[in-house]
Amino acid sequence: MAIYTFQSYIVFSKRDEEDKEFLFLRQNLMMFMIHFIAYVNMYLEMEQTELIFFYGAQFLYLAATLVFFRNLYPRASKLVVNHMCMLISIGFIMITRLSYEQSIKQFKIVAISTAVALLVPLIIRKVRILTRWTWLYAAAGIGLLALVAVAANEINGARLGFSIAGVSVQPSEFVKIIFVFCVAGMLGKAKSFKDIVITTCVAALHVLILVYSTDLGSALIFFMTYLVMLYVATRNSLYLAAGLGAGSAAAVLAYKLFYHVKVRVQIWQNPFADYSGTGYQIAQSMFAIAAGSWFGTGLFQGTPDNIPYVEQDFMFAAIAEELGGIFAICLILICMSCYIMFVNIAMRLSNRFYRLVALGLGTMYAVQVFLTVGGAMKFIPMTGVTLPLVSSGGSSILSTILMFSIIQGLYIVREDEEEQFERFKERELGSRGFYEP
Amino acid sequence: MNRDIDIPEFVSYQEHKPQHHPDPELEPKKQKPVTKKQRNRTYGRVAYLFSAMFLALVGYMVYFNVRLTDELRANPNNTKMDEQKQYVVRGTIYSADGEILAGTNVDTDGNEERVYPFSNVFAHVVGYTTNGKTGLEATYNTDLLTSNTSIIERVDKGVNNEKVRGDSLILTLDSRIQQAACNALGAYRGAVVVMEPSTGRILAMVSKPDFDPNSMAENWDYLIAEDANSPLLNRAMQGLYPPGSTFKILPALEYIREHPDDYMNYAWNCEGSLTNGDVTINCFDGEVHGYEGLLESVQHSCNTSFANIGLGLDLDRFSKLCDDFLFNSKLPAFLPYSSSSFSLNANSSNGEIMTTSIGQGDTLVSPFHMALITCAIANDGVLMNPYMVERIENTEGVKVSESKPIKYRQLMTAQEASVLKSYMQSVVEGGTASSLWDLGYTVAGKTGSAEYEVDGNTGEEKSMSTHSWFIGFSNVEDPDIVVSVIAEDGGTGRSAAVPIAREIFETYYAYRQY
Repeated sequence: MAIYTFQSYIVFSKRDEEDKEFLFLRQNLMMFMIHFIAYVNMYLEMEQTELIFFYGAQFLYLAATLVFFRNLYPRASKLVVNHMCMLISIGFIMITRLSYEQSIKQFKIVAISTAVALLVPLIIRKVRILTRWTWLYAAAGIGLLALVAVAANEINGARLGFSIAGVSVQPSEFVKIIFVFCVAGMLGKAKSFKDIVITTCVAALHVLILVYSTDLGSALIFFMTYLVMLYVATRNSLYLAAGLGAGSAAAVLAYKLFYHVKVRVQIWQNPFADYSGTGYQIAQSMFAIAAGSWFGTGLFQGTPDNIPYVEQDFMFAAIAEELGGIFAICLILICMSCYIMFVNIAMRLSNRFYRLVALGLGTMYAVQVFLTVGGAMKFIPMTGVTLPLVSSGGSSILSTILMFSIIQGLYIVREDEEEQFERFKERELGSRGFYEP
Repeated sequence: MNRDIDIPEFVSYQEHKPQHHPDPELEPKKQKPVTKKQRNRTYGRVAYLFSAMFLALVGYMVYFNVRLTDELRANPNNTKMDEQKQYVVRGTIYSADGEILAGTNVDTDGNEERVYPFSNVFAHVVGYTTNGKTGLEATYNTDLLTSNTSIIERVDKGVNNEKVRGDSLILTLDSRIQQAACNALGAYRGAVVVMEPSTGRILAMVSKPDFDPNSMAENWDYLIAEDANSPLLNRAMQGLYPPGSTFKILPALEYIREHPDDYMNYAWNCEGSLTNGDVTINCFDGEVHGYEGLLESVQHSCNTSFANIGLGLDLDRFSKLCDDFLFNSKLPAFLPYSSSSFSLNANSSNGEIMTTSIGQGDTLVSPFHMALITCAIANDGVLMNPYMVERIENTEGVKVSESKPIKYRQLMTAQEASVLKSYMQSVVEGGTASSLWDLGYTVAGKTGSAEYEVDGNTGEEKSMSTHSWFIGFSNVEDPDIVVSVIAEDGGTGRSAAVPIAREIFETYYAYRQY
């Protein structure tokens, strides 16, 4: 296992430098090899025949996703598709290892999400009206969050979601996307300071509702995303500084006002002070990472099940324990590469709204990864958010796959734009000076 | 390409032409167009920021694996290694002379029981495994539950469906010296540490009151009761005491450092007491030592002389010296310990200076720490890294790993060490530890009587009690062992601690002849 991890690391590190087709194919091969070996390993351990079929289904799914994305959208970023499949396959492996039952559920959700997601680039391409529904986004986002805050079932001290027809839904996951559209729409049109104030109020309302629902992780994700989008839209670092200042002040205030915030900070400072109580989860997470060391214990050789809610919030610790620290670092690097690609896509788009959407969604993703990975290692206080694409959790998976597809769709739009531009240039060349691409 | 798509794209493109629309990007001055380059700079900055955050995660992950892993694995709450119990029988702990200190018996039904044949004698150092884990059982938990046995043995066990045995620890502790130290301390509360100064090997470490690790569960409530005098505390490393007169070697060393050329000309006329301001320092038992130099001051453990020396010292330098001697800092240790404290600075009052110089005041030290200081003096100023596990072996006796003597730090020059040695030797040859002079080999040492307040009130003489200290080493020319003893409430050094040290020296040399 260690050798394959190491090999995959070499591939991942090369990937950023070279954009070559064979490298992408080799990445795919690598992914299938890791996936295959992990399942052989698990089959030997579990000795269940179903696992072979399950593996087959996953293999088909991954292959189909790769083929579909490549053929339906030949200009989609292959790197992002590869990463998405890689992260999903790591998720499959770990969830199957942790709970076979949950992994089947996870697989169904992933398959459905991907089917939906395949349509997304199409929709973006065709439907221009998306840019104009700003206030609708705002209303929908705030409405959904408020509904959660008031009506949702309380699970583990946080009101996150409710059940519809037996399926539990976390609206905040979807509001993430709507929120980015909303802010992008507003900032895209903003011309005066007043517009910015209005946008900030709308964004602040989102964050405050989340804080009220005690969903601190999401609140932080929304906040950071808004700050970055504001900074990029205005190119004024004063906003960034002011935002960070306000954020810090709010954090201190929250620490003083809310008991659960205080507890989070205390267990971050010393999880062993209340080991059997509030500190148990983070302490177990750290033990898991320590047990894994560089190369991991191997699948089924560790005990990541000791961590409460490992499939949702502490996937990173489980991966570090059984697949090793090097593998876990690779995982962080894959996520980082995704983010760089997202910004890269954003930079190349010429439509202001799309640019902000791409960056906003990318930032959501990056902040979320940072929070969950940092939380598991006790680098920052634990916030209890999922590791996108890897963790189990229907709403999270669906919304992240949608996020990836939307960005992918924008990427396609961008390439359309370039093509468009070439044609335009040919037609109008020389008539007047225009904007440099 | 479909026209439906083309047109809106075209519009969006046109928006960027400065002539028609002033740039829609928010701008203080609307006229100034934003170039793509400017715009992308902010995106680039954001990308760098987040990349830095991700790299910080990677960096912390590396740090985690390099620095935190061992500590977390040894954390007593960590039950990860307990999973190994399914496959591995906990390894055995042996003393240097081959006695089993902790072993696991497995009966025919596969039930395991951890047995400590010496019951209370090694209780604190070896530790226990029920009701949590302590001592070496905790520190070396991972090693004891790891089997490095040969493949053949493993296959053999696997076929018979037996568990393999974890690796064994072979300690530097000698059961005979440990037993002697335990007996010598007798009914006193206190601690004994015996070390080899030239290697850092720890030969004995005793703490009392003690407990029987074989019956932790049964006695637990009693052991943690408030009036039980904390039997679970390893006083040798976690107990903090005022050092009393054993501390005087440090102001003596500081005096030598401040007067490198004429410290031998130090002269003091002891009149039995010294008053400065409202603080009066008396020599023990009203003795009047008369004229003395530095050597005689140490030899007689003269309080007035050291109060006088303290008043003349550069306190910042003295404080630095104590920090170099591991006060207020981490100790090289493998078991839980308490850091010693020393607090004097340029603002300290004369009273504080005088009391601190004779080892009272706010100074607190563990018996283990005093043993380390003594080791450095005995070993030409070099402190060796202390260790208690000689090697780790698999069940077939093949070495897995081995501790080697390593230099920890040079605390003083060889020249300084040799001066202090001669002072400490004079203590045995006619000073406060003169009862050790007839052992047949040379001994150097320093006694201490550390006064402490029983009820915490200051100035009430009737509530004072005295701990009995001795630190020293044998065979001064080429020191063999260092002994550090404290007997709580034992009175003066010579009344309790010195006889204990004597028994340890005698035991060591009795067995060494073979």
